[in-house]
Amino acid sequence: MFAAETLTGPSIPWFTLSPLLALLIGACVLMLGGSLLPQWPRGLYGIVTALSAATSIVLCFFLWDNLSDGRPETIIGDALAFDHFAVLGTISICVAVLLASLTTSDYLVREGEDGPELFVLYLSAAIGGIVMVAAQDLIVLFLGLETLSLALYVLAASNRRREESQEAGLKYFILGGFSSAFFLYGIALIYGATKHTNLGRIMETLSSQQAFPRNDVLLLAGVGLLLVGLAFKVAAVPFQVWTPDVYQGAPTPVTSFMASAGKTAAFAALLRVSVTALESRVDDWRPVVWVLAVLSLVVGSVLAVTQTNVKRMLAYSSISHAGFILLGVEAASHTGSASAADGIASAMTYLLLYTVLVIGTFTIVGLVAGRGDSASNLTDFRGLGRRRPALALALTVFLLAQAGMPLTSGFVAKFGVIRAAVETSSYAIAIIAMLASVIGAFLYLRIMVSAWMEDAEGQDAAPPVPFLSGLAVTAAVAFTLVVGIVPGWLLDATRQVITLAGR
Amino acid sequence: MLDVVWLIPALPLAGFLLLVLFGRRLNEPRAGYLAAATCGGAFVVTVLAFFDMLSKSGQQRSHVVEVFSWIPVGSLEVKMAFLADPLSITMALFVTGIGTLIHLYAVGYMHGDPKFSKFFIYLNLFAFSMLMLVLGENLLVTFLGWEGVGTCSYFLISFWHTRESAATAGKKAFVTNRVGDWGVMTAMFLAFASVGTLSYKGINDAAIGGSLSHVTATAIALMLFIGACGKSAQLPLYIWLPDAMEGPTPVSALIHAATMVTAGVFLMTRMNPVIHEAYTWAPMIIAVVGAATALFAATIAVAQNDVKKVLAYSTVSQLGYMFLAVGSGAYIAAIFHMITHAFFKALLFLGSGSVIHGMHHEQDMRRMGALRKLMPVTAVTFIVGWLAIAGVPPFAGFWSKDEILLYVYANNRGLYVVGLVTALLTAYYMTRQVIMVFFGEARWNDHSEEHGAHGDFKPHESPRIMLLPLVVLAGLSIVGGALQLPFTKDLHFLEKWLEPVVEHGEAYIKGSWAYDNKYLLMGVAIVVAVAGIVVAVGVYDKKKLKAVEPEILANGWFYDRLVSNFMGGPGRRAFDAVAWADANVVDGAVRGTGVAVRSTSGIVRKLQSGFVRAYAAVIALAVLLMLVWFVYRGIA
Repeated sequence: MFAAETLTGPSIPWFTLSPLLALLIGACVLMLGGSLLPQWPRGLYGIVTALSAATSIVLCFFLWDNLSDGRPETIIGDALAFDHFAVLGTISICVAVLLASLTTSDYLVREGEDGPELFVLYLSAAIGGIVMVAAQDLIVLFLGLETLSLALYVLAASNRRREESQEAGLKYFILGGFSSAFFLYGIALIYGATKHTNLGRIMETLSSQQAFPRNDVLLLAGVGLLLVGLAFKVAAVPFQVWTPDVYQGAPTPVTSFMASAGKTAAFAALLRVSVTALESRVDDWRPVVWVLAVLSLVVGSVLAVTQTNVKRMLAYSSISHAGFILLGVEAASHTGSASAADGIASAMTYLLLYTVLVIGTFTIVGLVAGRGDSASNLTDFRGLGRRRPALALALTVFLLAQAGMPLTSGFVAKFGVIRAAVETSSYAIAIIAMLASVIGAFLYLRIMVSAWMEDAEGQDAAPPVPFLSGLAVTAAVAFTLVVGIVPGWLLDATRQVITLAGR
Repeated sequence: MLDVVWLIPALPLAGFLLLVLFGRRLNEPRAGYLAAATCGGAFVVTVLAFFDMLSKSGQQRSHVVEVFSWIPVGSLEVKMAFLADPLSITMALFVTGIGTLIHLYAVGYMHGDPKFSKFFIYLNLFAFSMLMLVLGENLLVTFLGWEGVGTCSYFLISFWHTRESAATAGKKAFVTNRVGDWGVMTAMFLAFASVGTLSYKGINDAAIGGSLSHVTATAIALMLFIGACGKSAQLPLYIWLPDAMEGPTPVSALIHAATMVTAGVFLMTRMNPVIHEAYTWAPMIIAVVGAATALFAATIAVAQNDVKKVLAYSTVSQLGYMFLAVGSGAYIAAIFHMITHAFFKALLFLGSGSVIHGMHHEQDMRRMGALRKLMPVTAVTFIVGWLAIAGVPPFAGFWSKDEILLYVYANNRGLYVVGLVTALLTAYYMTRQVIMVFFGEARWNDHSEEHGAHGDFKPHESPRIMLLPLVVLAGLSIVGGALQLPFTKDLHFLEKWLEPVVEHGEAYIKGSWAYDNKYLLMGVAIVVAVAGIVVAVGVYDKKKLKAVEPEILANGWFYDRLVSNFMGGPGRRAFDAVAWADANVVDGAVRGTGVAVRSTSGIVRKLQSGFVRAYAAVIALAVLLMLVWFVYRGIA
C-alpha cells in the first residue's frame, strides 16, 4: 500500500487548459441538455457549439498574450507543452469547429436530423486534436490521436440514409485502425530503444552521442512506423488511399472538418515530434518527408484534374495541399540552417489559412449539393453564377485562393512554404511544388468555368443559403481576402511559434 | 504628380468594381462609356506623370510609390508598390492610350450583344491587371498582374463560349500560359534565393554590382524567358495565340496584339542587367528563338485565308522580332518596335474588325474584295497600317524594324539574314491581304445567297465610334517613327528617355561596321520591303505569277496538329493511364461508390470485393518500403 503523500500528482495549471475545458463544458452541456430537453429550438445545438469554440478562441488569445511575456514550458508533469505553437494549433482547430458547426447546423436542419450528436463529436474530436497539438509525450499523443480518430469515424458514417456515408465511415475505421496499430508499435519500438516516451527525454537521450548508438535499427524502425501513423492522418501519398472515398462519402460539413481539424492536429504533432524528439536524426527522416511531399504534390494535383465529382476533386486537392505543408516540414528539418524555423512557422500558418479556405469551399459545395447531399458533380455547378451570383463569387474567391492566386490567403500560405524551402536550399522540391500548383490551377478553373460560363439546362432552382452558413461563408471570404491583402500582422504573429517548449 | 501613379491602375479597378455592382443597370451603351472613361482617366494621369517626369533629370526619374507593405516577414519585405520610371510610364502611356481607343471602338463593335456590360467588366479588369504588371515595383506585383491578364485573356477568348471553338481556344491559352507562369515563378524564387529581395532595383543592382553569379543570372534569365515565351507567344508555346482570335476583335487588338503579348518583352527589358550578366549563350538563345519564331510565323501567314488569322500569325512574327532585338541587346529598339507595333497592329486588327462588322461576320478573305469603295475610311486607315508593317518609309514600322536590323547585324549576320527574309515575307503577306480584302473584284456577291436572310447583301461602313479610333491609330502609325529617328543624335528621343533603364544591358554598337554603314542597311531594308510588295502585287493583283500557298503553310507546318495529336494521342493516353491506374489499381472504388454499391446489397459484399483490402495492401507496401529505408539507414 502506498501512503497518500507518495501519490502527489503534478500541479495542474487550470487556466492554461481553459480552451480544452471550454470545449469539454460545451460537449457536456450538449450531451446532458440534449438528453434532458427533448428538442431544442432549431439551430441552437450548433450555436452552443460555436459559442464554446469561440470562447475557446478568446481564451487562446489571453494565453497567447501571457506567453509573449513568459517562456514556453511543459505542464502537467511534462505531458503537455504550452507554447505559441500549441496555442496557434488550438486556434486553428477551434476555428474549424466554429465554422463547421455553423454549416453543420444548417445541414442537419435541411436533412431533418437536427440533434446534438454531431456537435458533441466535433467537440470531442477537437479535444483530441488539441491534445495532439500540445502533446509532449508519445503516449499522450496517441491518446489524442485516438480521441480524434474515433470521433471522426463516427462522424464520417453519421448520415444513415446514404450508403456512401456508411461506407466511408467503415473504410476510414478499418484503415485508420490499421495505421494506428503501426503508430502504436512505433511508440513501443522507440520506447524500447530509448527507455522514454517523453519527447524531451528522447531528445536528450538521442543527442548524447557517446551514450546512444548512431545507427540503432530499433529506434529508426520506430521512427518509420511513427511517421506512417501521422502520414496516414495528414493524407500524404502513399497513405492517402482512404481520402477520396471518405471525403466524398462523408457528409459535406464533416468532410470540411476532417480536412481542416484532422490535418492541423496531425501536422502539428508531426512537426513537434520530428523537430524536438527526433532532431538529432533529421538526416534519417528528412528524405522520407521529401518523398512524401513530392508524391503528394504530384499525385494530388494530377489526379484531381481527372475527377468529375467536386468533393472528390477537393479530396485530391487536399492531398496536394498536404504536399505543400510537408514542404514546410521538410524546410524545418534543415536544423542547421537559420531558416529552418521558417519551415515551422510557414507550415502552421498554412494550416490556419487552409482551415478557413477548405471549410468555406466545402460549405458552398454542401449548399449546392442540396438535400441528401447528393448533387456534387461538376455538372451540378453549372450556371451557379446566374442562379446565385454571390455564392458563385464566394466560391471563386475560395478556389482562387486554393490555387494560390496573389491577394488571397492561399498565396500567402503557398508563398510561405515555398520561400522556406528556397531559403533552406531545397530547390528541387520548390520547383516541383510550383509545377504542382500550375497543374492544380486547372482543376480550380474547371469548377469556376462550370459555375460562371456554362449554362444549366433545367436547373433553375437556386440553392437556398441559410443564415448560419451564409455567416460562415462571409466570414471565411473576409478572412481570405484580408489576409491576402494585408498578411503582415498574421505573419508577424505566427513567427512566434518557432520556439517550442522543452527544446 | 509622380506620387499619384497608383491612380493609374486604380481608375480601371474602380471602373471594374462599379460595373460589377451596377453594370446590369447601366446597360448599353453607358456601361461601355463608363469603362472607357476610367481608362481615359488613367491615360490623363499617365500623361501628367509623363510631363512631371520630363521636368526631372535622368537619375530622379525613377520614383517608387509605396501603397502599403504587403508581405513583411523576417528577412523578406515585399511592398505593394509602384515604380514610375521611363520604362513603366512608356508602357502605361500606350496601354492606357490604346486601351481607351479600343474601349470606345468596342462600344460600337459589341452593340447589341446580350453580355454587353460583362464584356466591359473583363476589359476594365484587364486594363487594371496590365497596369499592375507594367507599374509593379517588384516581381511579385508584376506577377499579380501577369496572372490577372492571363485570366482575363482566358475569359475574353471564351467570351462567346457557346461556340465550341472559342471554349477550346480559351482552354488552350490557359494551359500554354501556365507553362510560362511556372517559368516566372521559378525565376522569382531564384532571384529571391540569390539576392534576398524581389524588387527590380535590388535584383538589377545586384546584377550591376556583380554580386549575382553568372550561373544564377543565366538561370533567372532563361526562366524569365520561358515565362515570356508563354505570354508573348514564341516557339514552341505560340500555339494559343492564333486560336485566341476566337475572341471578339477588340480583344484581339488590345490583348493579343498591342498590350498583353508584349508583357514578355517588357519583363526582359525590365531585367536587362540580369540578362547582361548571364553567359553570352543565354541572350543568343533568346535571339535565335525570336528569329526562328519571326520567320516561322511569317511563312504561315503567307497562306492564311482568315482575315484575323493572317494578323495573328503576323503578331507572332513581329513579337519574334522584338525578342530578336532583346537577344541582341537592342532593348530600346525592342521597346520602340513594341510601341509602333502597338499602333499599327491595333489599327490593323480594328480595321479587320470593321471589315468583319461590315461583312456581317464574314472572316474569309476569299469572299471579300473591292471593299475600298464601300468602306472608304476603313480602307484608307488599313492601307496606312499595311504600309507601316511592311516597312515602307516614312511610316512608323520602317524605323523601328530598321533599328532592330541594325543591332542584329552588329550581333550576328546569320540572324540578320533571317530578319530580312522575314521582312520580305511580311511585306508580301500584308500586301496579299490588302489586295484580297480591298482590291480586285467583289467576291461577296457570289456568296450572297449564303447570307440569304439579308436579301441583297451589301457590305457597309462602320459607325463613327468605330472609325474614330481607326483614324487616330492611323495618324500614330504614320508619325510614330518620329520617336526615334536614326539621322542625328538629337532625334534619338526614345533612346535618351529610356537610357537610365537600359544603360547596363544595351549593346554598344558605335564604331561597328553596321553602325558606320547604317544608311546602306536602310537601303537594303527598303529594297526588300518594296520587293515583297511588288511580288505580291504581281501574284494577287496582276495575276502574272502563280500564287504559292502550299497546304503545309496553310496548316502552320502541321505543328499545331502535331501538338494536338500528341495531347489527344500519347499525351492523353498517358494521362488516362494514370487515371486508369488510380481507378483500378489503387483506387478500386472510384466507380464502385456510384455503381457497384447501389447494385449490390450492402457494405459487406462491397468489402468482400476487396477494395479496402487493396487500400490496406497499398499502405502495407508503403510501410514496408519505409522500413527498408530506415533499416538501411541503421545498418549503413
